[in-house]
Amino acid sequence: MRENLHRFFRAARGAGVHVSPAESIDAMRAVKQVGFSDRAILRDALLLTLAKSQDEKLALGDCFDLFFSQPEPRQDQPEADNDDDASQDADQSASSGSAGEAGEGQPPEGLGPLAQMLLSQDRTAIAAAIASASGSASLSDIRYSTQRGIFSSRILDAMGLQRLRDDLDALTATNPSLAERLRGALDALREAVRDTVSQGLALYAREEAENLRNEILRNAPLARIERRQVAEMRVLIRQIARRLRERYSKPRKRQRRGHLDVRRTLRRNAAWGGVPFLTAWKRKHRDRPKIVAICDVSGSVAQVSDFFLLLIHSLHEVVDDVHSFAFSSHLIEVSEILEKKSPEEAMADIMSKVGFGSSDYGSSLVDFEKEFMSTLTPQTTVIVLGDARSNNLDPRADILRRISERSKRVVWLNPEGRLAWGFGDSEMPRYATFCSVVRQCATAQQLERAVSDIVATYQ
Amino acid sequence: MAEQKASTSIEAVESGLAAQGYIASRQIATAVYLSQQIEKPILVEGPAGVGKTELAKAIAAWRGMKMIRLQCYEGLDEAKALYEWKYAKQLLYTQILKDKLGEVLGGAQTLHAALAQLHDFGDVFFSKEFVEPRPLLQALEQPGGCVLLIDEIDKSDAEFESLLLEILSDFQVTIPELGTVSAITPPTVILTSNSERDLGDALKRRCLHLHIGFPEQRLEERIVESRVPGISQALRRQMVGFIHEIRSLDLKKLPSVSETIDWARVLVLLQATELDTEIVKDTLNVLLKYEADIEAATPQVTTFIAKAARSNVFG
Repeated sequence: MRENLHRFFRAARGAGVHVSPAESIDAMRAVKQVGFSDRAILRDALLLTLAKSQDEKLALGDCFDLFFSQPEPRQDQPEADNDDDASQDADQSASSGSAGEAGEGQPPEGLGPLAQMLLSQDRTAIAAAIASASGSASLSDIRYSTQRGIFSSRILDAMGLQRLRDDLDALTATNPSLAERLRGALDALREAVRDTVSQGLALYAREEAENLRNEILRNAPLARIERRQVAEMRVLIRQIARRLRERYSKPRKRQRRGHLDVRRTLRRNAAWGGVPFLTAWKRKHRDRPKIVAICDVSGSVAQVSDFFLLLIHSLHEVVDDVHSFAFSSHLIEVSEILEKKSPEEAMADIMSKVGFGSSDYGSSLVDFEKEFMSTLTPQTTVIVLGDARSNNLDPRADILRRISERSKRVVWLNPEGRLAWGFGDSEMPRYATFCSVVRQCATAQQLERAVSDIVATYQ
Repeated sequence: MAEQKASTSIEAVESGLAAQGYIASRQIATAVYLSQQIEKPILVEGPAGVGKTELAKAIAAWRGMKMIRLQCYEGLDEAKALYEWKYAKQLLYTQILKDKLGEVLGGAQTLHAALAQLHDFGDVFFSKEFVEPRPLLQALEQPGGCVLLIDEIDKSDAEFESLLLEILSDFQVTIPELGTVSAITPPTVILTSNSERDLGDALKRRCLHLHIGFPEQRLEERIVESRVPGISQALRRQMVGFIHEIRSLDLKKLPSVSETIDWARVLVLLQATELDTEIVKDTLNVLLKYEADIEAATPQVTTFIAKAARSNVFG
């Protein structure tokens, strides 16, 4: 049973519950106290010791139900039951027909243990055999759905399939009806093993599969993401936001002592004739993060801007002063829309106002300079997100120069690869002159790094 | 054998708490039983007023143990939670013992000799007599064990959590001048939190985590029954049904068990026999603590009463 608990802990980890070794020891001790007889109490005990938040409790509860319901589906399989009844009838008729043979037990002598087990229809024994065989085939190592076949055959081998085949061959010659029954039972067994493996996959492979999917998603280009993945991506972005919040929201206690403050030191030590017994130091000033985000929402860049705005606006604890602007052919402020509405609605609203036009960087920058130049302060980081493809219109790089003069830094995030900058109608090289940093930002991972670096400059 | 014992002991916990007027769900009883068996603190989370603090009181009353309560707040520190030196007493004693000290040091000719003699006395002024025990240390020093309630741990600072870790895992504290003080009998520790901030993993790891939500209708009726015996069964059903309806609204602060009990008391005082719109509107301020909430709930009162009455008939 200890083995079973260990497998349960692994399954729990797969379900997203953090089970540390210490917690598993606690759970063991708790289970030792309450025992296995009452499932409700066992469930409560495991939930109490392993899950440490309401979400984890839910996840672990589901996992528990899945894990400990394992033997059930095999027992209520309708076909298996039918099979069972039919074969029992057959047994009865056989025993009434030839009493002498049945007297020494229904399964004839000389068969392997598996064949005997199958023929005697001892369901609990079969279930136990499958469980122990899946243990020896280390089913808990299953990771991918493509491994289902190999694990099934491993389990069957461990149960003694080879011997069963030999028995079948022998029986076909001597006792065809019994062979037929055995063959039916074998099919049912295969099915049961396949179910067990599927369940194992659901239990143990979830973590791995999720990690793999997230890894792929993190590196997928945001602009070309499929519609069904958008929701998943939003979840991922939220995770990134949480990670960034955790990293940056608590101000690190760092040495803030700057240079010697000569004036204050002299004044403080006037009593000792200016001999500096007490020193006074200047404090290093740390800016509060102020961000102005200017996002292109035309065509292919829109999706990236969407995720970027979602990320930057879920960093409230870290950056509370964010002004966002969206443009394609002209520019509007969108901070309020993003604050008030849910991410989906907000984006739809923004797109209906300025989206889907052909991008005109020049006139959008003019709009910005005319109305919003006052939002820039020397502490502001300006983030421009766009591909800098201005459809051969005047890029007005001079406005970007003035923006960069007024602000702390200008960071340009470009969803296009470095190779494409400057080709066709891309004005990236001209804008790049006035940017502190220009970096590619096409995937969630790059987005995370870019935002992380921007926030880090304020720490 | 042990397994049989477990389920009966859990029932024993349930009935023991019930005798103190605390109706516990199965999960709460299991937590209390386990915490006793494997000597682990319980971290209780849940909305305000579902009986987190009451649980500690009930356990203390049931086991006949003393309850020591430490209310957490921002800025709570070692000196207020763990122990403090009695500075005034130390000063007073040095003054009184001045002459005595003179005698002791009388023989010494040089400063060094005097110091050496003084060293021989050891740290008289940093001994157990001069320690003022605060709740945490008190809890460890109770000979018969006790229930230590650390209330609203989420209100304290993150640093305070780290201070608790030693107590929670080993039931001991270290005082630099005295050494390590271990518990005579490990106390039953209950921590409560309103989830105002996320607690550290290190703290959570050391505790059994129990979440108490709003109780089911049946359970809540039993709670009201045990707390307000004067209320009739019909009214009890109706009012609990009404409160469950209220909880489905999107309110700033949902009424919890303590509000249910208060309301039941109010209804008994007003000698109500059944709910009607008039009396509910008059007493809604017992249930809801925000003006906006009352405004939101008032138009729904009639429908909720009807629903509660209907569920009463079928329930």
